Amino acid sequence: MVTLKFNIEGGNFSKAGYASSQVKKTLKQLNIDQSLIKNIVVALYEAEVNIVAHAYKGSIQVDIAPTDVSMLVSDEGPGIENIDLAMQEGFSTASAEVRQMGFGAGMGLPNIKKNVDEMIIDTVVGKGTKLKMKKMLNNV
Amino acid sequence: MELTEIIDIVGAKLVAGNASRVVVEKGFSSDLMSDVLTIDTEKILLITGTCNVQAIRTAEMADIHCILLVRGKKATADMIKIANENNMVILETALSMFNTVGRLYKAGLKPVY
Repeated sequence: MVTLKFNIEGGNFSKAGYASSQVKKTLKQLNIDQSLIKNIVVALYEAEVNIVAHAYKGSIQVDIAPTDVSMLVSDEGPGIENIDLAMQEGFSTASAEVRQMGFGAGMGLPNIKKNVDEMIIDTVVGKGTKLKMKKMLNNV
Repeated sequence: MELTEIIDIVGAKLVAGNASRVVVEKGFSSDLMSDVLTIDTEKILLITGTCNVQAIRTAEMADIHCILLVRGKKATADMIKIANENNMVILETALSMFNTVGRLYKAGLKPVY
């Protein structure tokens, strides 16, 4: 088992993607299938951007096991008021600044769901959000 | 299509990476990075007016190695640094997105869908 941990700053777009980039490099070193790596890092990157776009701060933990990759993305932030709405393509609460970065079109959570095998959102309005994701490695 | 041919067609300037013998098969133009992250195709040229680190990070995650910035946008030092670390190519053209895409489509660059 390989575990990677990162702290993520809310609002700092210049660093957004650094953690996902490091995870991608590690997965490559472990010779994991390229298409699975893409699924994992696209989901993780969307989640990382979500912390930067919406939260004050957060953390990412990635556990790479022989059979699966588990990711826990936690933040201290506003939480998600309506998860059903957030899961709809096109629904977004992102700021104009976030939209200028090329995000905030309401595609993040739906895109994460498409790329992983398990996705669990645990959110408390006014406190923060925990996003658990799992990608199985043995179904190639 | 060879990247060197693309450079000629849109009068692009190479600002990161090495374009020689690099071939792309399809083009995808978008300023929306979340849409770029939905593509599951190899050997793509990303044509975008989104000129920030996120465009390069998005390309990195999506396994896209060639980025063409349109509308006269200039890549920042941070963008060039990340591109070089990941063996990516960044091109810049003064042309609009519409003009760029029209010329490349006419020259035979295929759409993703």
